[in-house]
Amino acid sequence: MDYDAVLLARLQFAFTIAFHIIFPSFTIGLASFLAVLEGLWLGTRREVFRNLYLYWVKIFALSFGMGVVSGVVMSYELGANWAEFSKAASPVIGPLLAFEVLTAFFLEASFLGVMLFGWKKVGPRLHFTATVLVAVGTLISAFWIISANSWMQHPTGFVILPDGSLRATDWMAVIFSPTFPARLAHMSLAAYLTTALVVGAASAWILLKDRAQPESRMALRMAIGMFAIVAPLQLFAGHESGALVLEHQPLKTAAIEAYWKSGPDQPQSLVGLPDRDAAKTHLEIAIPGVGNLVQGVPKDQVIQGLDAFPREDWPVVGLVYWSFRIMVGLGLAMIGLGVWGVWLIARRRLEESSWFLRAAVAMGPAGFVAVIAGWIVAEVGRQPWTIYGVLRTADSASPVGVGQVSASLLAFMIIYAIVFSAGAVYILRLIAMGPAPGPETAPDGEGRAPGTPLAAVPPEPEA
Amino acid sequence: MTLDLPLIWAGLIAISVLLYVLLDGFDLGVGILFPFARSPQDRDRMMDSIAPVWDGNETWLVLGGGGLFAAFPLAYGVLAPAVYLPLILMLLALILRGVAFEFRLHGRKRGKAFWTAAFAGGSLMATVAQGLVLGGFIQGVTVRDGRFAGQPFDWLTPYSLLVAAGLVAGYALLGACWLIWKTKDELHGDARRWAWLAGGATGVLLAAVSVVTLYVHPRVAARWGFEDGGFTADLLPFLPIPILGAAGLLIVAEGLRRREHGMPYAGAALVFLSGYLGLAVGFFPAIVPYDIDFRQAANADNALALMLVGVAIMLPLILGYTAWVYWLFRGKVGDDEGYH
Repeated sequence: MDYDAVLLARLQFAFTIAFHIIFPSFTIGLASFLAVLEGLWLGTRREVFRNLYLYWVKIFALSFGMGVVSGVVMSYELGANWAEFSKAASPVIGPLLAFEVLTAFFLEASFLGVMLFGWKKVGPRLHFTATVLVAVGTLISAFWIISANSWMQHPTGFVILPDGSLRATDWMAVIFSPTFPARLAHMSLAAYLTTALVVGAASAWILLKDRAQPESRMALRMAIGMFAIVAPLQLFAGHESGALVLEHQPLKTAAIEAYWKSGPDQPQSLVGLPDRDAAKTHLEIAIPGVGNLVQGVPKDQVIQGLDAFPREDWPVVGLVYWSFRIMVGLGLAMIGLGVWGVWLIARRRLEESSWFLRAAVAMGPAGFVAVIAGWIVAEVGRQPWTIYGVLRTADSASPVGVGQVSASLLAFMIIYAIVFSAGAVYILRLIAMGPAPGPETAPDGEGRAPGTPLAAVPPEPEA
Repeated sequence: MTLDLPLIWAGLIAISVLLYVLLDGFDLGVGILFPFARSPQDRDRMMDSIAPVWDGNETWLVLGGGGLFAAFPLAYGVLAPAVYLPLILMLLALILRGVAFEFRLHGRKRGKAFWTAAFAGGSLMATVAQGLVLGGFIQGVTVRDGRFAGQPFDWLTPYSLLVAAGLVAGYALLGACWLIWKTKDELHGDARRWAWLAGGATGVLLAAVSVVTLYVHPRVAARWGFEDGGFTADLLPFLPIPILGAAGLLIVAEGLRRREHGMPYAGAALVFLSGYLGLAVGFFPAIVPYDIDFRQAANADNALALMLVGVAIMLPLILGYTAWVYWLFRGKVGDDEGYH
């Protein structure tokens, strides 16, 4: 397969997987949030929790649907565009992906039906169980896919046979490759933060119009609790991930920090314009002497720069460098939002602060941006490899020509643009309606599925 | 005793593809029948009947793809590029019809009309694409050095178009039988009419595909004992397969005549089982017709063994809770059913 076709196949994969990851990173957190809300409702029987559940479950249904269909694409795209990768990697990570389907996808899909349509068919406790199982399913799915990806980032527990094929020798080393635990924590926390930011933004938006809206007051406090606890934890998890990258993929670290030259006592670059061809950073603002400290290694330890690696192995330095800064910058802003929110709650002035509510609205999409930026760091930063150090991207592609890949890429872009814009409009419309205790009004007279408003009201839990 | 892991896995993949066809087949069929509904209310009812289960049904397709990746990577890596364009078409069509379940409820007038069309059109296109994939598969795939070595449009022939037409009729039959089972009143009556038409078309097209296959594909013909326009004794062991298909069609017809509610679906399932076994006879043990057999394509034994442990634990659970969900949503879809 020629160079252009590989590049197009990479673009297609990047486009479809970036589109896909938006939905799981939201629904993983939202499923857990719904489970907590339903549990709180069953425990306290406070209406506010039930109303919040009914409000967010509609948004969950929309997002989950988009996640499912964009995920089905991934299970076939590997073969269509990355046949050589599939053949090489399958003996080692094939079981991981199979386990994802067996342990997560069926669980989520089946109990989603009960969660959305089963209000009148099952009792409250069984319904709660269905919600919990969907939430657990989303986390199991994250477990396997991050496990597979971590193995591709740092493959362990396998041998290369004389005929060049791979064979697993230690399944535990395959599943729990060294970077996996930290990366799973990093991604799960990211999903929870993403959801909390959306919930916070939606609640703040409603409160800007109606400061007394009880459901939104509750949801905003829950979201701030998440920022305050999870965002600092995420800084720690991210740092752990970063330390593992330095240990296992020093080239990626060199790209992230634009270390052009190897040496001790590296500077900490803050901003600048990395120039891969000139091997220097233009207009750079850097703090000398603290790079090693940030990386958590002694000042006199040599950190490899890009010059320690052949130039054809360098990733696109500028993209990795800037994606990392966007991710970290947003992460720090999330911590700030949490601190600010807790301070306002402590002073009982949360709803009075229009500036905080506006900031919370503005930060609504920050989680998605940070997640995508983080994945760009991870995936672009490990180029030109699909299985790090074992299989190059150029050797991974299918024997498919430029015409087919570009036609399908164009088709994906058109269909995804339609689906994404419609989905975004519907979700924003639902958010703007706010959590309503009473029967909602249908957008148009005919057309709502039969029994929508009343069927949505769950029975009271037994005492 | 050592287990024949590749054979077990070939069986498992075959079963999950068959389950996919029987389950997603009826909900794609409901989409194909969407344009023929009398009223928007009937369309809502049709969608309500499949809304709680379609996602689980489609997961069998993910298991098919993921399973092929994990159990027969060589087949996965050769077949997917060979049917690249219809495969992508299927994925795009499944996206449009999949999001339509939710989007139809939230669209206003024009939006709802668009997603109604997307559901119907996406269901039809996904079915056509699956038919083209199947047709291209039966025709055989050009392989060199373990890679697909054919042309981008090898799958597009009059034969594969005939197969696609047959699959559309077959899914429409499954969809109509499902609606007979799950609905009442006028929609139920319409579904009976659809089942007669789709059943007739399925019978004709299935027969046509079978006959054409014997003439077009000598290897399949040889397997079925078809030589110089006549059958040899080799046919005898396989004779129950076409008989099963004919019996299935008769059960559909008899169920419709007797106004049974569940019987037509059972008959339609037998028709699909017959077609499926008929295909399997044609190219077993090839997994990429006709150059790669399932043993050559199989993954390493230690990977297959590990996955078999997972399957042994998980598959009974999956089948159990899937059956429970169907049982939970048993009975006719009524006015008090509804969306979340």
